[in-house]
Amino acid sequence: MRDKADYARKGIARGRSCVALQYAGGILLVAPNPSSALHKISEIYDRIGFAAVGRYNEYENLRKAGVTYADITGYQFDRHDVTARGIANWYAQTLGTIFTESPKPFEVEIVVAEVGVSPSDDQIYRITFDGSVTDEPGFVAFGGQADQVSAALKERYSDDMSLSEAFAAALAALSAPGNGERPEFAAAQLEVAILDRARDHRTFRRIRAARLEELLAGARPAPAAEPAEDSSDTAPSGTSAPGSAPSGTGPSGSAPGSSTPPSSGGPSGPSSPSGTEPPTGPAPGGSDRGTGLDGGSPL
Amino acid sequence: MGSYFDGSQPGPFGGDPRASGRGQGASGGTPSGFLGLQTSSFTDFLASHSPGLLPGRVVPAAPPIPGADPDPRAPGQAIRDLPHATTIVAAVCDGGVVLAGDRRATAGNMIAKRDVEKVFRSDEFSGMGYAGTGSVGIEFVRLFQVELEHYEKMEGRSLSLEGKANRLAFMVRGNLAAAMQGLVVVPLFVGYDEDSSQGRIFSYDVAGGPYEEQRFYSIGSGSLFARGALKKLYTDGMSAADAVLACVQALYDAADDDSATGGPDLPRRIFPVVATITADGFRKLPAAEAAQVAEQVIRERLANPDGPPAALRNG
Repeated sequence: MRDKADYARKGIARGRSCVALQYAGGILLVAPNPSSALHKISEIYDRIGFAAVGRYNEYENLRKAGVTYADITGYQFDRHDVTARGIANWYAQTLGTIFTESPKPFEVEIVVAEVGVSPSDDQIYRITFDGSVTDEPGFVAFGGQADQVSAALKERYSDDMSLSEAFAAALAALSAPGNGERPEFAAAQLEVAILDRARDHRTFRRIRAARLEELLAGARPAPAAEPAEDSSDTAPSGTSAPGSAPSGTGPSGSAPGSSTPPSSGGPSGPSSPSGTEPPTGPAPGGSDRGTGLDGGSPL
Repeated sequence: MGSYFDGSQPGPFGGDPRASGRGQGASGGTPSGFLGLQTSSFTDFLASHSPGLLPGRVVPAAPPIPGADPDPRAPGQAIRDLPHATTIVAAVCDGGVVLAGDRRATAGNMIAKRDVEKVFRSDEFSGMGYAGTGSVGIEFVRLFQVELEHYEKMEGRSLSLEGKANRLAFMVRGNLAAAMQGLVVVPLFVGYDEDSSQGRIFSYDVAGGPYEEQRFYSIGSGSLFARGALKKLYTDGMSAADAVLACVQALYDAADDDSATGGPDLPRRIFPVVATITADGFRKLPAAEAAQVAEQVIRERLANPDGPPAALRNG
């Protein structure tokens, strides 16, 4: 069992982290992904998004199963009866069973996010390879060197950020040391999507091309210096420095600064936290850096 | 209900290692009835997984229909007395297509409902209306909406307009057995073709289709009158606003001569449902806008009850 957990952790740690975080107008999902066709971030249902890291063929399989689960639930009952909680539970059951019963565990980590009517209704769930679920209020970093990215994101996160502020925070966190060799992101290397609170019906929107360039330009520090850990330098002018964010803004009931998600170490993992695993070694199976070139199934 | 959620039923896809894409482990016995499912057609999934959820699925020994005549000697009468939706019209306009439907549902010689809606958005660039048994039609619309969205989410792209029309044809044909027992539903499908930048209309019969229609079309009990009216009112390349007006005129003419088609109901403020589909997507006219068009038609008919006369000679 421990071998299986180590195997899955190694596979997941080889990739790069993704982040999901709340902003005033919804939920932002950002993933480093050089492929524009093989997605890490996808739509599940009207108000529910999906992001995953790990082996492409495995999480793509899970994504399609999740879409089917959501569609049949919505068809059988009503569109309002499809919830992120239900889908997260279903993923947890599935991954838990695979972890215990299958000789090879899935090397994936999944986030299911649901945008609510108000920020306090937003939900972000993280499901790990062994089927553990955690409720992550406000933001989550997962996959790769999730601990470092999560710590960097926590520094910059505040309630009621604008989209550009949230994007700058996500980018800065993804550029944290340890998360890949090339911390400077171009639009072609990023997959970005939002769940837009203001939209009716289907809220999921990909942000691409010109709109993404625009966001990137806003998030980049004015001098093209190396993206240091210094948050006050990386924050673009005009955005509020995370340290000086006004307290108690917005109707959000959860103050993410105070309620730290128990992200480090992985929930109830039977062995050491993923952060301590050396991301080396020629373990079987590809990382997600190649985004599923080993996975077969072309889109 | 929900046996595939708790894993007690592995489902037709859960146990197939070839479909799982992994070729090992976790096949069968997992709570993963959907895992390894690689079909992008929601209807196909339902047909093999939960066929009872398909619209119009009639069990061989037809169960009693709630709220209908319980007399077993007259099942045909019972089905005839189910609410039926009536007239739908569609017309291609400049840069898109207009779809409109009256609001009446009839049960035999009775009016079952005055404010029923039979014109729906099926996805961003298409819409559908239906004529026939109301309850089956509602399920059809719901299933077709999920079908298109499901494909889009599974494949990461939308179906082509022909693809959507063909999908609907398979669904209609799937209902053939029920149609033979009286649960007839015939849709009218319209959409904006992003490849050719124009609106298109597809019609069906109970066995499927699709039949592509040129310029304009109508279905339902009042369709003959509506089509006759559109024939005289339609001009090629008319604007969307003109096409909306022509469709509402046609529905008025259908209601004029067909008792199952409802005309504009001024006292209750019930007016036809009208939608346009253009490069900007599906747009259902807001109630106020639809009311304005219908009131204009009524005003003109006060002076000229048969509507605008067509020219007797060309030129």
